[in-house]
Amino acid sequence: MALQDKDRIFTNLYGLQDWQLAGARARGDWSTTPQIIAQGRDWIIDQVKASGLRGRGGAGFPTGLKWSFMPKKSDGRPSYLVVNADESEPGTCKDREIMRHDPHKLVEGCLIAGFAMGAVAAYIYIRGEFIEPYHRLQHAIDEAYEAGLIGKNASGTGYDFDVFLSRGAGAYICGEETALIESLEGKKGMPRLKPPFPAAVGLYGCPTTVNNVESIAVVPEILRRGAAWFAGFGREKNSGTKIFSISGHVNKPCNVEEAMSIPLRELIERHAGGVRGGWDNLLCVIPGGSSTPLLPKHICDDVLMDFDALREHKSGLGTAAVIVMDKSTDVIKAIARLAKFYKLESCGQCTPCREGMGWQWRMMERMAEGRAEIEEIDVLENVTRRIEGHTICALADGGVWPVQGLIRHFRPLMEERIRQYKQRHAAPLPMAAE
Amino acid sequence: MAKVTVDGIEVEVPNGASVLQACEAAAKEIPRFCYHERLSVAGNCRMCLVEVEKAPKPVASCAYPVADGMKVFTDSPMVRQARRNVMEFLLINHPLDCPICDQGGECDLQDQAVAYGSDLSRYQEAKRAVKDKDLGPLVKTVMTRCIHCTRCIRFATEVAGVPELGATGRGELMEVGPYVEKALSSELSGNIVDLCPVGALTSKPYAFIARPWELTKTDGIDVADAVGTNIRIDARGPEVLRILPRINEDVNEEWLADKGRFWIDGLKRRRLDRPWVRRDGKLEPASWDEAFAAIAARIAGVAGDRIAALAGDHCEAESLLALRDLLKGLGSERVECRQDGARIDASRRDFYLFNSTIAGIEAADAAVLIGTNPRREAPVLNARLRKRHLAGGFRAGVIGPVAADLTYPVTVLGSAPTDIAGAAEFLAGAQRPMVIVGQGALARPDGAAVLAAAWRLAAEAGALREDWHGFNVLHTAAGRVGALDLGYGRAADPDAVFDADVLYLLGADGFDPSRIQAGTFVVYQGHHGDAGASRADVILPGAAYTEKDGTWVNTEGRVQRGFRAVYPPGEAKEDWRILRALSGALGTPLPYDDLAALRRHLVQANPAFGRIGTLEAAGCADASGPAGDPAGASGAAFVLPIVDYYRTDVISRASPTMAECSATFVSPAPAMAAE
Repeated sequence: MALQDKDRIFTNLYGLQDWQLAGARARGDWSTTPQIIAQGRDWIIDQVKASGLRGRGGAGFPTGLKWSFMPKKSDGRPSYLVVNADESEPGTCKDREIMRHDPHKLVEGCLIAGFAMGAVAAYIYIRGEFIEPYHRLQHAIDEAYEAGLIGKNASGTGYDFDVFLSRGAGAYICGEETALIESLEGKKGMPRLKPPFPAAVGLYGCPTTVNNVESIAVVPEILRRGAAWFAGFGREKNSGTKIFSISGHVNKPCNVEEAMSIPLRELIERHAGGVRGGWDNLLCVIPGGSSTPLLPKHICDDVLMDFDALREHKSGLGTAAVIVMDKSTDVIKAIARLAKFYKLESCGQCTPCREGMGWQWRMMERMAEGRAEIEEIDVLENVTRRIEGHTICALADGGVWPVQGLIRHFRPLMEERIRQYKQRHAAPLPMAAE
Repeated sequence: MAKVTVDGIEVEVPNGASVLQACEAAAKEIPRFCYHERLSVAGNCRMCLVEVEKAPKPVASCAYPVADGMKVFTDSPMVRQARRNVMEFLLINHPLDCPICDQGGECDLQDQAVAYGSDLSRYQEAKRAVKDKDLGPLVKTVMTRCIHCTRCIRFATEVAGVPELGATGRGELMEVGPYVEKALSSELSGNIVDLCPVGALTSKPYAFIARPWELTKTDGIDVADAVGTNIRIDARGPEVLRILPRINEDVNEEWLADKGRFWIDGLKRRRLDRPWVRRDGKLEPASWDEAFAAIAARIAGVAGDRIAALAGDHCEAESLLALRDLLKGLGSERVECRQDGARIDASRRDFYLFNSTIAGIEAADAAVLIGTNPRREAPVLNARLRKRHLAGGFRAGVIGPVAADLTYPVTVLGSAPTDIAGAAEFLAGAQRPMVIVGQGALARPDGAAVLAAAWRLAAEAGALREDWHGFNVLHTAAGRVGALDLGYGRAADPDAVFDADVLYLLGADGFDPSRIQAGTFVVYQGHHGDAGASRADVILPGAAYTEKDGTWVNTEGRVQRGFRAVYPPGEAKEDWRILRALSGALGTPLPYDDLAALRRHLVQANPAFGRIGTLEAAGCADASGPAGDPAGASGAAFVLPIVDYYRTDVISRASPTMAECSATFVSPAPAMAAE
């Protein structure tokens, strides 16, 4: 049963209607904001917890639980909400559409989430390449200020709340929450050591929560319709609706909001017009943005799109950016290209990631060509294991998973490529010594 | 306190300590590259990974706080594997050019690769090469060797206070260096050579000179300033090849200023290696006997009070005592050490000491600097002031010219002695205020009045208490306090010393020789042919500070001992021995024939010399001030004593390295017009 239009949160995802305040109001945004805030901080957090909302930025940490880590009482320092709009994961393009077409959902979400965690302001860190989303979001913020929805006495609730928009400069790593905070502070975007976690020491040394755009933007609607409504979609612990970005070898690439736990095949066939050349032409799918390990066709046949089902198959939901590859794909080359991306985007701080990503990429380049030894596949796999879990942030983990997934599912292909190369470059028969 | 079990050994460490500190408390060695006790924690090298019970992944012990009941494993299979992994990654792009690397033999990467690495590499790809950076005449860079630990960056930013180093680029292409092509403008830049765990940053003057195992290591005391930095002198045969700092928490922590580190090539140039005697207006080589005879002949019949002695800036206490006793034997009490004319009142020891102590700076909460630029006069002490600033709750004011960035913010309170009284307002409310008086405030005709005014300021600010002595004199000469302790500098006017028939200069070069009267017979005993020697009638070749066992007293009054690392060149001798021999030739033999006996006399002369390395409890028992009248201070602005940090004395003036630094940092050649 597909998600019905009445249950969609992002009703202007395709930008068919007015994105400005008037249009947003017509769609119900800002309609009961004061009443929601009047219910109090604890009620909001409890509702978000009950809704089962898990972070939409990739890691899937329960949002309500994250908010509850914020100090209930200030020790003199203000608290901040930081919204991560540095959407850079290859394949992912959902936050961009939210900010382009439904920016008021995000601004309203900032106020409600900020109130729930006692924040005095929200800082939205938007990816620098997002020109149009930046201008539209800024316009929406200006509109909200003008209408008294945020700022002093926001929405007439007596709560003062500011929203600031800040632009990044094009580094993938700045989507990591502590690197983002560093970048916001004007420093080089390098992840911080944890602990202390941002909820204790974050932006400018103050308690901070960093949330994804989508996680924040869905909150007002959840609170209006009730936690039970949201929790009604998807399997247990994987509840709610979610924007899926479907790209690659499908007939109609698109963003679509669907219920969690929808079967992958149904998602692709119903919304993206199916795989190019039919389902049987499918080679593999990267289910959650470039850092999640790929799934070969036989898994794709019946896998559900949610955190736990994909985890069972040693992949992940990530940002729910589905990258479809049909049988025309040179999958080794494709993963080699991803390895290059992670090599370029490593911040260079930790030894295993800085040195290991380059090593991995160079080996992958040779694997794509076949210019390697079969035993080197084991070396490559071992190198990825040595990188994983030894660094400050998770970029290194995300950078090695695609390669691990490739080796897990396409090792015979890699071996075949190496054998073919050897045949092409077979050494001429040794000459007799003169 | 938290109880932590490390490999089965239970230790107690303070809450907030890191796992690494707990491991050290349990005497477990944790390999590390980026972690350094005196720098902020970066946690990026990943070499210090250990296993913590219930943690799914190995944790970086340098950055992970301890918790009560935590169980840590430093030698589990997971830890061993993690270390081997990190080591493999560090080495894949490291050039492994150890045979031509100056760090070889004292390289953390080398040592730890042997201890924790694996014996072969699986890396088949091309290695990274990085363009070298130009950090000026002192620090040589081979950036391909860099392992990106960022210690140098953190040192420059945090300790040295010059945020000129940083990492540019991302990932594999990250490069450590100055953001713009520029020499590192710090007087502490040499310390990044010590901090660098690999051969990326090495000493430029020491490049390709020696291997560490060839060197004889001798403990010494730096004489480039009055801080008394503890150093290690590394020598091979007759040559001092390099100088490194030793750790002394109370004095220099583990830093050494650039002058004391890099001026050593000055020890090999312009040396006096034989006696000289002036005959018919011309200096001619002579034997020791001839030189002594010439002195004895001239000195005979001169009244005792017409004989005077002036001691220089590097003198150790032993030769100062011998010179004093020699003059006493000749009937003179006229021993002077204030060759810059500083109006120091030596009647009480705390009138001329840095009474708060260098370590005590960290307890202070406000300071007024009068006529001094500690960044040039005592860079290591200045680093302590910066450390205090970084800890927060500290304010500093300056009376005098603010010539350069002191590396911490200062409030300018005035420029002349008449502004001193007004500074009381700035210090008001401070619990532990400091008044720091530099030589620029004292080396002027109204210096005594300035001294008294500064003392009065300290008294008004409540800095003169039983539990806190906030009056400080910052000296620039390593031998000055020792000389004052031995009765030098008691004349009201420091310049009176030039009014003499016979003037004995013991390494004194820091004054204009034309001030010596034309008829005065000048004996110069010292190690370099500089200003003093040019005016001398007899030259006796002495030993530099690396060439003698000596006792120096730093600006705090801390008595410290250095040892002989090499022998003086040629016929030169240790200075106290020359004076002992001369006393015999003059018929007034000194009552000591060996160093032990001389040092017994030293303690008799001033009991302070019996206390080596430590200080008496600070505190001001008597708040009555020095003799000067504060009202006598003029309105003339202070002038700083050091203009060119790299060329202040005989050794640095003889050093080509220091000359290059001076040309680079102090008076850069004007940029040429484009052709």
